[in-house]
Amino acid sequence: MPTTAIVSGLVLGGTYALIAMGLTLQYGISRIMNLAYGETIIFFAFAAFLLYSAFGINPIAGLVLLLPLAFAFGYLVYGVMMQPLVRRSARSGNLEVDSILATFGLLFVIQGVMLVFFGSNYTSYNYLNVGVNVLGATIAANRLLAFGLAVLIGGVLYLALTRTRWGTTIRAVAVAPQSAPLVGIDVNRTARFAFALGTMLAASGGVMISMYQTFTVSMGVIFTMKALVVVIMGGLGNLLGALVAGLLLGLVETFVATYIDPGLTLAATYLIFLSVLLWRPAGLFGKATR
Amino acid sequence: MVRALLAVIFFAGALAALAWLPTQFGAYGVGLLLGMTGYVTLASAWALFSGPTRYVSLATVAFFGIGAYTVAVLSETLPYPLILLVAAAVGLCVALVVGLATLRLAGVYFVIFTFGLAELIRQLVTWYEVNITGTLGRYIFLPISGEQIYWQLLALAAVTIGLGWWIGRSRIGLALKVIGDDEVVAAHVGINIARVKLALFAVSATIITLVGAIQAPRWTYVEPSIVFNPTISFLTLIMALLGGANRLWGPLLGAVPLFLLFEWLSANFPNHYSIILGLLFIAIVFVMPQGVLAMVERGWSRVGQRGRKAEPAGTEAAQ
Repeated sequence: MPTTAIVSGLVLGGTYALIAMGLTLQYGISRIMNLAYGETIIFFAFAAFLLYSAFGINPIAGLVLLLPLAFAFGYLVYGVMMQPLVRRSARSGNLEVDSILATFGLLFVIQGVMLVFFGSNYTSYNYLNVGVNVLGATIAANRLLAFGLAVLIGGVLYLALTRTRWGTTIRAVAVAPQSAPLVGIDVNRTARFAFALGTMLAASGGVMISMYQTFTVSMGVIFTMKALVVVIMGGLGNLLGALVAGLLLGLVETFVATYIDPGLTLAATYLIFLSVLLWRPAGLFGKATR
Repeated sequence: MVRALLAVIFFAGALAALAWLPTQFGAYGVGLLLGMTGYVTLASAWALFSGPTRYVSLATVAFFGIGAYTVAVLSETLPYPLILLVAAAVGLCVALVVGLATLRLAGVYFVIFTFGLAELIRQLVTWYEVNITGTLGRYIFLPISGEQIYWQLLALAAVTIGLGWWIGRSRIGLALKVIGDDEVVAAHVGINIARVKLALFAVSATIITLVGAIQAPRWTYVEPSIVFNPTISFLTLIMALLGGANRLWGPLLGAVPLFLLFEWLSANFPNHYSIILGLLFIAIVFVMPQGVLAMVERGWSRVGQRGRKAEPAGTEAAQ
């Protein structure tokens, strides 16, 4: 059924777009290439699972509880780990390499902590697992809810970034980090804020994923990769690009899983990644800088 | 000339001593030596490319796994030396594809691509095994003892470090140093950046593939999740960084103590292994991003400067 594939692809793509937005905030504004991003997603997926199965708190209420926590976590990680690197890079100029290495270490720390607490089994829980008819296609209600949340959070974020003074500050840092201090913007504070905001988006992505999918401790790499592919497809730091590319990736994955083989979805992701790199390295919507 | 000759004699002697070592240890000692030599080779091969260019490759285990899996697939159909050749060729081809696609672009694309490469290859192999051949695991029955594996790895390590030494003195090494310092300058003095990077990445990846292929008979049973274990990439990286990826002997210096530490950790703290690893790695990135050797050198030069300043002015005038 093509309609089923299209609808469920768009629904899946909503989550991808959301997590890619978080990563594009972290990389585009804080200039931190965060390889532990997927681990953060999985961590909050487990947190939502824990809240639901141990305390009976449903994922929506869990989301309200977890988002401030995620913001604080991101704020702390940036302050403790990234700030020294940023300061050091003012001299050496290799923040990119340093942040990649540091977050690669962080990846193993978060994964190790999760292994100790949750073990390496596949985990899932049952929440709103009933079929809903959408345009003739049957979709689980939890997926639909996740999509609605993704649209809501992504929409609020987009409006905040484009319509408010505060959002303009963030975009100014993304466009010209050297010139932003000239108009009185505290780049360091903005970067820290954007990093924490990105972590918050990762957490909301994690909660959504936990609602409709089984997950394991070692799955983080896959989500980091998917988010990165979407970010690069949409152009680094480009929120709208991330949105369109995320939906596109969701569609492609669902079509590959439906018509070719579910085991080849990651290969399809990579194929897209390769062709984007070869054809338009600046992203589908980016302008070539060379 | 005499110095070079002495150095050659010294290294030949050291190699001979290392090759003789396994006769003195039991099976456990040989296993330890073998693993250590494997990681020395991996870290040295990694540093061959990533050290001078500062392109962090996270795909070590992708190539390692390709090597091991090629041996597993072909172990019953081809003679052993031929299998190694085929494995090296497969590794080389994958390296060329990855390199051609990503090395022309900014470094971050390369890192991202290599980051997911191991996972991609693992899933592809799993898919192929499940859907085409119908089995997931494979057995390797090759009549190769631990000592023989160790000797092969030792030879490969010697070749890798020798290659590093040769590259450091050759034209391509000079070109690499320029690229590492400033790509724009490198392009302006007429260095074909992409070609130099690609060549070196291919060499480094081929060596890593061979390490995987040589170590494969140790396992007897091989499965994608065993040979594509991301910890291998991580360990290689941390070893090379600790020693100093820009120094010829740096990776070796980092690999030996860290390998022993990891052995001890995995025996005593199996559950908290990756947390300790991650924290250690972050500490290394923070405290000595250039590695131990660079830090020691800087320390020495600081001591030397202080000593010179402390000397009375008269001695300087006399000089």
